[in-house]
Amino acid sequence: MEVRTNNAPVRARPKVAVFKFASCDGCQLSLLDCEDELLAVAEAIQIAYFPEATRAVIDGPYDISLIEGSITTLHDAERIHEIRKQTKTLITIGACATAGGIQALRNYSNVNEFVNVVYAHPEYISTLRTSTPISDHVKVDFELNGCPINKAQLIELISATLNNRRPLIKAHSVCIECKSRGTTCVMVSKGEACLGPVTHAGCNALCPSYHRGCFGCYGPNETPNTASIAERFSILGLTSAEITRLFRLFTTESEAFRDESRKHANGS
Amino acid sequence: MELRPRSFAGQLKADQLNSLIDALLDQGYRVIAPVKRDAAITLAEIRTSESLPQGWGDEQQPGSFRLTDRGDTEYFGFAVGAGSFKQYLFPSRRKLLDIDRHDMSMTKVEDTEKPLAFLGARACDLDAIAIQDRVFMGSDFVDPFYAKRRNECIIIAVNCHRPSSTCFCTDAGKGPECRSGFDVALTEVGVDDDHRFLVETGSEKGTALVNNLDLEATTEADDAARQEIIDRAVAAMQPALPDTDIPALLKAATESPRWESIAERCLNCANCTLSCPTCFCSGIEDVTDLDGTHAERWQTWSSCFTMDHSYIHGGSIRRIGASRYRQWLTHKMSFWVDQFGMSGCTGCGRCVTWCPVGIDIREELRGFAGDALEATTNEEATA
Repeated sequence: MEVRTNNAPVRARPKVAVFKFASCDGCQLSLLDCEDELLAVAEAIQIAYFPEATRAVIDGPYDISLIEGSITTLHDAERIHEIRKQTKTLITIGACATAGGIQALRNYSNVNEFVNVVYAHPEYISTLRTSTPISDHVKVDFELNGCPINKAQLIELISATLNNRRPLIKAHSVCIECKSRGTTCVMVSKGEACLGPVTHAGCNALCPSYHRGCFGCYGPNETPNTASIAERFSILGLTSAEITRLFRLFTTESEAFRDESRKHANGS
Repeated sequence: MELRPRSFAGQLKADQLNSLIDALLDQGYRVIAPVKRDAAITLAEIRTSESLPQGWGDEQQPGSFRLTDRGDTEYFGFAVGAGSFKQYLFPSRRKLLDIDRHDMSMTKVEDTEKPLAFLGARACDLDAIAIQDRVFMGSDFVDPFYAKRRNECIIIAVNCHRPSSTCFCTDAGKGPECRSGFDVALTEVGVDDDHRFLVETGSEKGTALVNNLDLEATTEADDAARQEIIDRAVAAMQPALPDTDIPALLKAATESPRWESIAERCLNCANCTLSCPTCFCSGIEDVTDLDGTHAERWQTWSSCFTMDHSYIHGGSIRRIGASRYRQWLTHKMSFWVDQFGMSGCTGCGRCVTWCPVGIDIREELRGFAGDALEATTNEEATA
């Protein structure tokens, strides 16, 4: 039975599950990191499955599933389909789930060589040749970018979902965040390579505010002109290898960054 | 250029500049002025002349701003920096309303900012403020927030004498001489013991301010000294815009393939629009808290380079880069005239300098003019 207070709308607490795939756990920890809002979050939603936070498990189906991590094993490739079946609104969080993560660098190499070098018993390792975003496998209802995600955006996303409104999460460039907060452009004033003009906003221009170029960890923005910025990087003195590496970081399996990196890889 | 007789209120020794700043602070103003911050000159709140970028200059190119150590004592030895006074009169983000479900109330958020004093505004800045005055206060629909800040503010302009290569105020605007729109205008002249500011007033507010200062009388030679500064600035700027009716030129070019070629370079990053001191687009954002009892309405800067800007039911109208760039340039240089009776460009060059890939609107406008000329020539040849 819901108690009506403060004229708040009556609504059931949605069942929320948090699932982890290949990732560092940093994004799901953002949820626990919502110190000031944590109690409000816990009141507004029912945590049904969240091993990082609680051992209690409530079986599906789930109203909202937050998915962290990329698909790197056959087992995970099957598991995500099971979760999709159990989920009404499936939200991927973070660079791994939305763009393959840093582990997607394997996609440009032979993963068996890594396995042989890294592990004493490579025969125990069963892994896919690639690391791929969740959207390559199942339908995703919303992608929350970032490495890690911004907890304020996570709260906004949960809040918007609970209030049946569109989340206020802008897909425009990081430049708009720089200009809005008054951070001087590092590319124009220092000639430093910066992915901000082609990168999705959301971090409030964290790196440029510390006087360094954007790493693109929120992935491509809504209209990324990667070819033009790559040409500018070249004018600024970056080699093809350096340009390739810039696009091959946390969101390398996003289409725009992957394709641009391939254009420069041969010249490296 | 012919000498025009000036009526200076007097002159202020450079080492007395703080008396002007102190007078502003005493009157309760928050003083906003250029400072050297990070790797550029930008605007910030100051309390002393020591915060001004004394001895620093700038070297600007399309897509590039470099600070230069001038090795002199000039306080205003640069053109314009990153940012503009727009960010104080029309902030990038502000809360409009608090909405509470508990008592079903809506509370307007009042501006509690102290009155602003803009020190170091250039002719292009004055021009830009006049253009935004027209936009925000020049019709039946006045923006009360802008109007309050604007009416309360005092402007201490400084004549520009070192334009950068990206400046074109002589072509597009009314510069480089500060002629109107200021309360006080300064001209920085001389070096060492002779380093001083020639002081003019442009309003009663300005006169009242300088009456509190210990100004010394100017001499006849100061008229010429001031004129020399202006002449030097004029001479430093090359003709940049095509000698044609630009609003008409752009209206005739809506289907030009040139938009596509610009779009190949354009990043859609919005830096030009947000650097521009006259761009005035904003968006409204509503946010709610988790339990839906409290909501807030915010106004934020918007840009015609985003997909949201032209989003209506069903999607965005300007889906390709060419149409977004066309919107920016044709509005700024052409439709602005129809809308407000004046151009939206002051020739400050910020959109040229702060474009990360150095797209230069002067060059693009010359390109459109060249296309038009070629088309006319071809028509004549065929006829």
